[in-house]
Amino acid sequence: MVQKIESQYKEILMQYMQRQSEQNLYDGQNFSRQLISENIAPEEVISVHKAVMQEMYSELPDLVWHSFDLLIEMMISYGLALQERESLLQRQEELRVEMDLAANVQETLLKTKMPSLEGLDIGLLSIPARKMNGDYIYFVSDDNGHAGIAVADVIGKGLPAALCMSMVKFGMDSLNNAEVNPSEVLNVINRVVEKSIDDSMFVSMFYGKYDAKKATLTYGSAGHEPAILYRAEDSSFTELTAKGLLLGVTPVATYEEHTVHLEKNDLVIMMTDGVTEGRTSQGFISREVIFELIERKKDHSAQEIVHYVYEELERMQNAEFKDDFTLVIYKKS
Amino acid sequence: MSNQSVVEIQTEWDIVAARQLGRNVAKELGFGTVDQARITTAISELARNIYLYAGQGRIEIQRLTENGINGIMIIAADQGPGIPDVRKVMEDGFSTSGGLGAGLPGVKRLMDDFKIETIQGEGTDIRATKWLR
Repeated sequence: MVQKIESQYKEILMQYMQRQSEQNLYDGQNFSRQLISENIAPEEVISVHKAVMQEMYSELPDLVWHSFDLLIEMMISYGLALQERESLLQRQEELRVEMDLAANVQETLLKTKMPSLEGLDIGLLSIPARKMNGDYIYFVSDDNGHAGIAVADVIGKGLPAALCMSMVKFGMDSLNNAEVNPSEVLNVINRVVEKSIDDSMFVSMFYGKYDAKKATLTYGSAGHEPAILYRAEDSSFTELTAKGLLLGVTPVATYEEHTVHLEKNDLVIMMTDGVTEGRTSQGFISREVIFELIERKKDHSAQEIVHYVYEELERMQNAEFKDDFTLVIYKKS
Repeated sequence: MSNQSVVEIQTEWDIVAARQLGRNVAKELGFGTVDQARITTAISELARNIYLYAGQGRIEIQRLTENGINGIMIIAADQGPGIPDVRKVMEDGFSTSGGLGAGLPGVKRLMDDFKIETIQGEGTDIRATKWLR
């Protein structure tokens, strides 16, 4: 190995000593790349240089050779730093693979079934900013035309947020009732979150219960981004606000709930702050921009509107979402 | 067959003495310049750990012969506080991130064999060997 490197290096060095051309230097650079890929340590390279020089210019004074010994000594730590870097890169790759697996597990674990209801068209999209999603959508429905939707957002991103979401799912699963009112759902989930999640973690959540027979939506919110009601009749946008603390702050929180009646072509837009807190180089993207996007596509299906809003916001932000993005639209048909 | 020599580590100057001893033995055994530099860097690292964390201890250099192959063993022993979390100090990035040098993972890389025994409150014994190829 060393002999092969020595002869190759000797060739390059000899050429360079004769001509000092840019081509010779370029050859040297390419050779160094080869050496790195073969894990040749820098001290080894200097030692090769010294040996080749000794072969070619044995008449040089001893102090020249001594100087290389000092350099070799000094390069040992650089060589170690290089090896350490290799090993850290490998560990990073292992972590990446592990995160991919975890993201798959999360996807399976948090899977929810979109209900199909008479007179309601549903569109949804949830895209994590990193591998793991800190946003969560949960549907529950029954045969009597009731459907509940929870849109939740953990304050925080990535792995901790994703783990936290499992608790919300666990709470929703244990309720498993599409007829329960939002204030009660939020109460139960609040107790689950408060009991089982670290003090520094909070969850915001919107809960809406749709009744297909009456075409009404009853909703409550735990400190979540308000849902928006679009009235087709007068093309107006109204925030659906409801008082309530973030989940996990105190076990005794109470949650307001309100009911709205949906008319044909009305839209209910539910989202996380990843939708509204997008920013461009000019600052935050205002809600009016989002309203405008929605209005432009109001005659399309709910899923088409959702996709359009996502694509447009993505374009405005140069495909860089800082936060998890979740958007759900109900369209009364 | 083995024969040994020892340097007591009490001051920073002793680190140099330990290096010198290691280099002389390595040179006598026929290690090349690069390997000599690796062996002395490992000695430096171990001696400095003793000086910084145990206060005092010793570096012992042994010549080894096994199956006709010669080698050198560095033994770093102290009666210091011991290392509370060996796994952590053996992790890459733990000591280097603080700018403390190559650390024990570095020593392990520089040598062929590496063994560490440490008991909290009693001390640490590290043995690192390099074989002449």
